[in-house]
Amino acid sequence: MDALLHQVFSGLATGGIYASVALALVMIYNATNHINFAQGEMAMFATYVAWSLIEGGLPYWAAFSVTVGLAFLGGVVLERVVIRPVENAPGLSAVIVSIGILVIFNSLAGWWFSYTTRSFPSPFPDSRPFGSSLLSYHELGSMGVTLAMLVAIYSFFRFTSLGLAMRAAAQNPVSSRLVGIRVGWMLALGWGLAAAIGAVAGMMVAPIVFLDPNMMGGILVYAFAAALLGGINNPWGAVVGGFIIGVLENLAGAYVVGTELKLTVALVAIIGTLVVKPDGLLGKTVVSRV
Amino acid sequence: MSEALLTVAGLDAFYGPTQVLHGCGFTVPESGITALLGPNGAGKTTALRAICGMVRTRGDIRFQGKPIGGLKTESIARQGIAHVPDGRGTFLELTVEENLRLGAYIRRDSRTVSTDFERMYGYFPRLKERRRQQAGTLSGGEQQMLAIGRALMLRPKLLLLDEPSFGLAPLVVREIFEIMRAINRDENVSILLVEQNAALALDLADTTHLLETGRVVMSGRSETVRNDEAIRRAYLGL
Ligand SMILES: Nc1ncnc2c1ncn2[C@@H]1O[C@H](COP(=O)(O)OP(=O)(O)OP(=O)(O)O)[C@@H](O)[C@H]1O
Ligand SMILES: [Mg+2]
Repeated sequence: MDALLHQVFSGLATGGIYASVALALVMIYNATNHINFAQGEMAMFATYVAWSLIEGGLPYWAAFSVTVGLAFLGGVVLERVVIRPVENAPGLSAVIVSIGILVIFNSLAGWWFSYTTRSFPSPFPDSRPFGSSLLSYHELGSMGVTLAMLVAIYSFFRFTSLGLAMRAAAQNPVSSRLVGIRVGWMLALGWGLAAAIGAVAGMMVAPIVFLDPNMMGGILVYAFAAALLGGINNPWGAVVGGFIIGVLENLAGAYVVGTELKLTVALVAIIGTLVVKPDGLLGKTVVSRV
Repeated sequence: MSEALLTVAGLDAFYGPTQVLHGCGFTVPESGITALLGPNGAGKTTALRAICGMVRTRGDIRFQGKPIGGLKTESIARQGIAHVPDGRGTFLELTVEENLRLGAYIRRDSRTVSTDFERMYGYFPRLKERRRQQAGTLSGGEQQMLAIGRALMLRPKLLLLDEPSFGLAPLVVREIFEIMRAINRDENVSILLVEQNAALALDLADTTHLLETGRVVMSGRSETVRNDEAIRRAYLGL
């Protein structure tokens, strides 16, 4: 029983990571109708930045904050410089561009930081709270950080007028311009936020998966699965999907398919969702008029 | 006569390579209601879009004497032009209240914004009852009211309305037209109205411009148009 609970809890901890990355994917998807395939590599690169800052002597939480800020700025700049020019280009161009960004970040990281795997520090104590076997401090802490971030993002979109404008711009850019919203900047802010969310996810997962240029590959697949499962156009669906996938992955890994084949859980979830309920658990059916 | 609020001269407008407006010229005087009428496909919607920088244009558009041609749509809105577009432009997935809040997005005077909410709910009590409801669930008439309310929340000097009567029952249309008259009188907003329902529009507007195949073919006092049998038959099917 304890073992099962342990799997569930640590599934929730990684689920929080998937939920964050899935949320970042959905935010961009809602604003642009494109999946940002580079989301994982952007997070990985930000994690390397954090690593460099920590190596350079900055205390963990200072490095964490600076990294989140830099990731945000980086996301904004990326949108303005790279994404903007293909904004109105046919669908495939945006996909190609995001894959291009993926490759560039991956190669840059390999070149600057080398492909060797490094350990990444956790800000939380290296023991288990209350002598319990259920959760490590890092799992507990990363869940806390993730939840705090999700609450902050929810509050931003729900209660601030900038958040409302960003939602409006994603839904109806034409009407948004007519009320004076600078839609282009809302998109750029969306990219900035997505990059910042990814950076947090990267820094929280790096102590577990270790730091290397391909660290986010598997996580991105789980996040896709989460986003699809929850409903690719529903941010809260993506979050719920992330936690579900995290738990399923862990349970399947422990009791069904074994750790080596865990990634198939994601693929099964992706294919299963597409076949059984293509709009996901909480997604809304979008009927486009022709 | 004092300088017009909006002056359009030699205006061409394009969708891609297709030219739809050909040297249009008309004015919208300060504080009145002006109608832009004409048959389907004449270019009425395009004229409103051109004013707001939503289509490619050539020519001169002046608002309060300042050229606004070539500005971005969002900058034109910030000058005080609110546009209820063809199809109403409702944010369907947001609530009624959020739609109104978006109308006031560019305003920073939060105290007057909240009194404006109450004023809008005064004009449109049904919106108040439904303020937490998703806008997409409103009836057509309620959505039109919401669209007008959203536009007014900007505190515009000029309100562009594209076929506010479209798809609505006659009773609802009459209600909305009464409210437009009140708004024009009480809010110090000039209105440029595009309408299919020419009889109603001629009744409401002081000035009327007639548009045909992208050209202004006649401009004048509404009662002149109303009383000219030949014009009515030729352009308005009345
Ligand atoms: N998005 C578009 N792309 C290409 N052509 C367009 C577009 N919108 C309108 N047109 C063309 O421009 C011309 C004028 O259209 P517009 O919508 O301005 O007319 P309208 O006077 O508003 O008509 P209605 O009374 O039917 O609303 C029409 O010939 C129309 O086919
Ligand atoms: Mg029209």
